[in-house]
Amino acid sequence: MELDLLVSNFKNKDEKAFEKLYNMYSDSMHGVIFNIVRDHEIAEEVMQDVFIKAWHKADSYNASKGRFFTWILNIARNAAIDKTRSKAYKNSNKNLNAEFFVDILETSENLNDKMDTIGIGKYVKALGEKCKKIIEYLYFKGYTQKETSEELDIPIGTIKTRNRNCIKDLRAMVLE
Amino acid sequence: MDLQAYIDSGVLELFVAGQLTDQENKEVQELMLKHPEVLQEVLQIESAVIKLSSAMSPGNNKHLLQLIKDKLHLGGKDVKVVSIEKAKYNWLTYTGWAAALIVGAGLLWTMNQNKQLEVQVSDAEIEKAYLEVQIEEAKTDLAVKQNLLNVLRDRDIISVPLGGQGDFANSYAKVYWNKSDNSIYLDAQGLPNAPEGKVWQVWSLTLNPLTPTSLGTIDNFNDDDNKIFNIANANESQAFGITLEPAGGSETPTMEQLHTLGVVSQP
Repeated sequence: MELDLLVSNFKNKDEKAFEKLYNMYSDSMHGVIFNIVRDHEIAEEVMQDVFIKAWHKADSYNASKGRFFTWILNIARNAAIDKTRSKAYKNSNKNLNAEFFVDILETSENLNDKMDTIGIGKYVKALGEKCKKIIEYLYFKGYTQKETSEELDIPIGTIKTRNRNCIKDLRAMVLE
Repeated sequence: MDLQAYIDSGVLELFVAGQLTDQENKEVQELMLKHPEVLQEVLQIESAVIKLSSAMSPGNNKHLLQLIKDKLHLGGKDVKVVSIEKAKYNWLTYTGWAAALIVGAGLLWTMNQNKQLEVQVSDAEIEKAYLEVQIEEAKTDLAVKQNLLNVLRDRDIISVPLGGQGDFANSYAKVYWNKSDNSIYLDAQGLPNAPEGKVWQVWSLTLNPLTPTSLGTIDNFNDDDNKIFNIANANESQAFGITLEPAGGSETPTMEQLHTLGVVSQP
């Protein structure tokens, strides 16, 4: 599979492979990071940190531990969350508690000029409230199932299947 | 294992979210390799999440790649450093330089050879010119000798041996007289070189009465190689004599210095 080869080359510090992977995942990571930090400049700063970290930590990636996307998603989430915990960030008085990714898709905060963003935003609004939050926590905030169940006040045993159904809905909206 | 039940459990969604344990991750990975439908499912989940998160991206980030590469010292100005390091193990570079050196050395050698050959050619040219001169001289010499031989063989030639006289018994000479063209060839090989301030003078004689007529002095005697001299003689000579005279010659022969004398034998 092409991705395997790309990742393998990337692990060998192949610059071209790095560029390709950046092009494949940078928008996604940018979205995840921005969703957490909610600041264009800081998001750009974290973006650089994430891919620099990925380059240096390339050796630590192993396919048996998960998808490459999941690996870099994890780096991005952690870097963005670390950023929000920094003193400088806290001094900027950002209140993030009430914000969800859906806001980005709905408001003019998104400067993305990609055509399909508008379409996706329209569809995603149709997702159930619980789905929006489950996806937000599990994918974009990196909460564990336990943290997610506590946050949403739903039994931990149902998180897995609820999430499955939410992703199913999402797939129907964005892939079909 | 019931694959559909496994897929429906929602474990693959958690796999993509990175919420599984190492053991569970390993299991999914193995199933993905074994069952295309599992892989397909994972790809779809991943793709949906990527689409959604990409839609959240606040803007273009292509310019960030260059900043990242700069910070990682990839490409651009730092490429040189990398390439130098690589060059350490690059046989092609070594071979290239080696080839260049060999070609360069070969070129120098060829140029040197060329220069040497040019010198040799010019030497050869000089030698050739020298040889040409020698050949020319030899040809001329041969022509002269051929001419002499022709003269000596001519049946009209009168040969007159001149014997040594008095104190000069060892001296001798020979006159070849060609009456048809009024000239003589004097072979004076038997005469010594004329001393400083002296010169050989040739005389034509008639015997009754004894009358000497000067045929001239041989001023270039000492320098001449074959000692054969062509002298005009329109006289009705009866004898020839050679005397040693003071430089410039004399009106009459100095009889004490008469070295050789020969009488023309009448046919």
